[in-house]
Amino acid sequence: MSLDSKIPKGDLADKWTNYKSKMPLVAPNNKRRLEVIVVGTGLAGASAAATLGELGYKVKAFTFHDSPRRAHSIAAQGGINAAKNYQNDGDSTYRLFYDTIKGGDYRSREANVHRLAEVSTDIIDQCVAQGVPFARDYGGNLDNRSFGGVQVSRTFYAKGQTGQQLLIGAYQALSRQISLGNVTMYNRHEMMDMVKVDGKARGIIARNLLTGELERHAAHCVILATGGYGNVFYLSTNAMGCNVSAAWRSVRKGALMANPCFTQIHPTCIPVSGDYQSKLTLMSESLRNDGRIWVPKSKEDAKAIREKRKKGVDIAEGDRDYYLERRYPAFGNLVPRDVASRAAKVACDDGNGVAPTGLGVFLDFASAIQRYGKSDAHSKGLDENNQKLVTELGTKVIEAKYGNLFEMYEKITGEDPYTNPMKIYPAVHYTMGGLWVDYNLQTNIEGLFALGECNFSDHGANRLGASALMQGLADGYFVIPYTVGTFLAEEIRTPAFSPDTKEFKTAEAEVRARLESLVGNKGTKSVESFHKRLGLIMWDHCGMARTAEGLKKGREMIRALKKEFYAEVFVPGTQDEFNPELEKAARVADLMEHGELMMVDALDRDESCGGHFREEYTTPEGEALRRDEEYTYVSAWEWDDNNPVLHKEDLVFENVELKTRSYK
Amino acid sequence: MKLKLKVWRQQNNKDKGGFQTYDVVAEEHMSFLEMMDVLNESLIAKQETPVAFEHDCREGICGSCNMVINGRPHGPNSGTTTCQLHMRFFKDGDTIVVEPWRSRAFPVIKDLVVNRSSFDRIIQAGGYISVNTGGTPDGNSIPIEKDVAGEAMDAATCIGCGACVAACPNGSAMLFTAAKVSHLALMPQGKVESNRRAKNMVATMDKEGFGMCSNIGACEAECPKEISIDHIARLNREYVGSVFGGA
Ligand SMILES: Cc1cc2nc3c(=O)[nH]c(=O)nc-3n(C[C@H](O)[C@H](O)[C@H](O)COP(=O)(O)OP(=O)(O)OC[C@H]3O[C@@H](n4cnc5c(N)ncnc54)[C@H](O)[C@@H]3O)c2cc1C
Ligand code: SF4
Ligand code: FES
Repeated sequence: MSLDSKIPKGDLADKWTNYKSKMPLVAPNNKRRLEVIVVGTGLAGASAAATLGELGYKVKAFTFHDSPRRAHSIAAQGGINAAKNYQNDGDSTYRLFYDTIKGGDYRSREANVHRLAEVSTDIIDQCVAQGVPFARDYGGNLDNRSFGGVQVSRTFYAKGQTGQQLLIGAYQALSRQISLGNVTMYNRHEMMDMVKVDGKARGIIARNLLTGELERHAAHCVILATGGYGNVFYLSTNAMGCNVSAAWRSVRKGALMANPCFTQIHPTCIPVSGDYQSKLTLMSESLRNDGRIWVPKSKEDAKAIREKRKKGVDIAEGDRDYYLERRYPAFGNLVPRDVASRAAKVACDDGNGVAPTGLGVFLDFASAIQRYGKSDAHSKGLDENNQKLVTELGTKVIEAKYGNLFEMYEKITGEDPYTNPMKIYPAVHYTMGGLWVDYNLQTNIEGLFALGECNFSDHGANRLGASALMQGLADGYFVIPYTVGTFLAEEIRTPAFSPDTKEFKTAEAEVRARLESLVGNKGTKSVESFHKRLGLIMWDHCGMARTAEGLKKGREMIRALKKEFYAEVFVPGTQDEFNPELEKAARVADLMEHGELMMVDALDRDESCGGHFREEYTTPEGEALRRDEEYTYVSAWEWDDNNPVLHKEDLVFENVELKTRSYK
Repeated sequence: MKLKLKVWRQQNNKDKGGFQTYDVVAEEHMSFLEMMDVLNESLIAKQETPVAFEHDCREGICGSCNMVINGRPHGPNSGTTTCQLHMRFFKDGDTIVVEPWRSRAFPVIKDLVVNRSSFDRIIQAGGYISVNTGGTPDGNSIPIEKDVAGEAMDAATCIGCGACVAACPNGSAMLFTAAKVSHLALMPQGKVESNRRAKNMVATMDKEGFGMCSNIGACEAECPKEISIDHIARLNREYVGSVFGGA
């Protein structure tokens, strides 16, 4: 199979403009006859469904949630990037493009990333028009902050709830289209399979989660915006419901899964506290703007802290190792996520960790409180040497900036982060891998598109902070409304599809059989117990540091687990009722197969790049060693139960020179 | 810690439902939902049906979780969702009563899971700004005062959980509706259609079977996002504007 990325010809900066001016158009009267299914109504799906509805297509949107407003996107905290250059600090489309390519460790496609940077500014305008209450400065203009891996301030935010506000904006736009009758919304409906007719994606089998009823839905094309698969690790910052099934079912029907092993481990999360734990909580990266990361220099101090004989504040300034500032003086605490995470792992592996489990480092705001307090006292004409006053004023500034995050930390840990440094540790957060798509966001199956976190397209081997929201909304508001037209313009003579053909009936029967076998299984072990074990295997063998040997072993372990699952899992209830355990069982089954593919992919990639760190491939200083000669390609996998087949899309860099990433 | 849980079990909307008592051993570091996970794992081990409850983000933002704990929506702590409640606020030997939201407009689906689609329909009635994708002016073309944007943000933090309805003796959805009307009316972009918006959203609220607001204030007290009841006053102003302003 040859992979055609369909990148338009011409100069990088002109590709998208030329594409838009030359693409075939679908006339309004034809749009009304063309049906589009959108699965997933997070940022990517809700923005796509709303916009396609506005354009006049007949849209059906699906979510397993009880409302589009619950999608995992709601949890994003820190912000969204855009090359507005409102701060006049030298930002530009090219710089955002360059930062994203470099941040992704040169494993993403130039043309897609440039388009993303181009439309980023439109996203902000769109969201403001929708009423998204972004943070503002005293002049009433939009405020910005900076995020890891870059040296400009281009991140727009709404307190620590940016994802919530952007999702509510998209949800409101979608609600408007629902009320106008342009979009039919199917809440609590889970896509169980994708249906192909004559090689093209023409519909889905959905399960009504309230009744268990299986439904056949046909359309001219199918758009997946079903999010990421971080939950393959069981413990992650993702919402409990995040899963890979919609993408994975498509893979089983021939779609290719690209770079599945590229996973982002986020450096600033609340450490694990016990084995009952169900999820991990992110502390937004924006905290690294003001927080300093450190561990004690001596192992004795670290031990004393772990055993609660000492506190962070008891360690004298000179006895602290601000290891990011020491190792990466140019970027300091604002190095990209993969670099910060690995550095934390190294510090803890060396025995300097501070959480009771040994896996935790400090994120300290004391210096920031002093700095802000002094400046505030100065501007108010108060005594800058009054320690108490300065601390009070500084605490207020920090509270205004990060209050809700500090509160969240306190609620979970019971510790006050204003007076004692936070404890943090890396956790699985985001998946750069996903369905392989071309420039049109179309998979290798005609008529099947993938948007947002569920595709692989823009972040390479590591995503920069505040870029997932940007990508989801770029895909949904500004890319798919054009590119889907390129496909649909050829379909204007195709009549509406019937969901009563044999293709649909066969697919439905297969789904029913799969679910019946799960509820009919006479096992004794809970779905949850398998999910936990899968997570441990993934974390140990395909986590922050990987080796060929570990990956081979991990793959075998997953295969054994899968066997055990089908023999011994117990799923209560029946298929034809509201049955959350059954939903979970079907999702965990797919996560296991996908996890196996991640191991296969990580084993193939004999290099370290971005979030993929192979211990065999490091520089003498312990940094990741990329091998551009051999591995400047996208790995697109065709699934097979025993021997998945690798297809390579070579990455061609015409505008950026491949360099060793350095943040020193 | 050893706990006794009295949990509402209800097979479906037609079933009458009733309390079941369970013993659970929990740790104080657990969240309330992790304690419920422990209960469910023990039921599954006995091949019994686990308690159905709604949850997703487990960090207080998606609005999925919805338990009435010892008579209070989202439990004893203010400004806290069910998923953010930790077991360290309970003690060994406690009996804890767990129920679903109870409201005519939120029919029970199973056990602790209720149907809150009526909230979606209130938003569909006008909880948006009528703008299409594309062709919008530059984000900085209309400056908005920092404090105004902040107030709009406070209203916009509503997570659509429905605790306000569950807390209200009349089962009114005024706080939820007012939060949206207020968020959009405060922004210059949203001001234009604010009278019409208020009118249509309130009409849908009535149609969905939510009760009248009689200014009791229980909604504000139980709202996990501490949405202020002042927004209801703003909604009333917008609503009156829609009736007398002829919009
Ligand atoms: C805690 C946290 C904080 C974050 N903070 C930031 C940040 O500050 N900035 C940033 O840029 N990014 C951030 N991210 C990343 C970002 O939030 C996500 O990558 C992004 O929101 C994903 O959006 P999406 O639309 O692709 O998918 P999602 O929001 O996950 O939506 C998926 C949708 O698909 C539906 N779905 C899935 N499977 C099915 C199925 N089989 N059938 C029917 N429906 C289905 C779901 O119901 C849902 O509607 C953060 C992530 C986390 C975990
Ligand atoms: S107003 Fe408060 S209680 Fe009511 S839905 Fe919104 S967040 Fe929940
Ligand atoms: S589970 Fe999301 S708010 Fe509680």
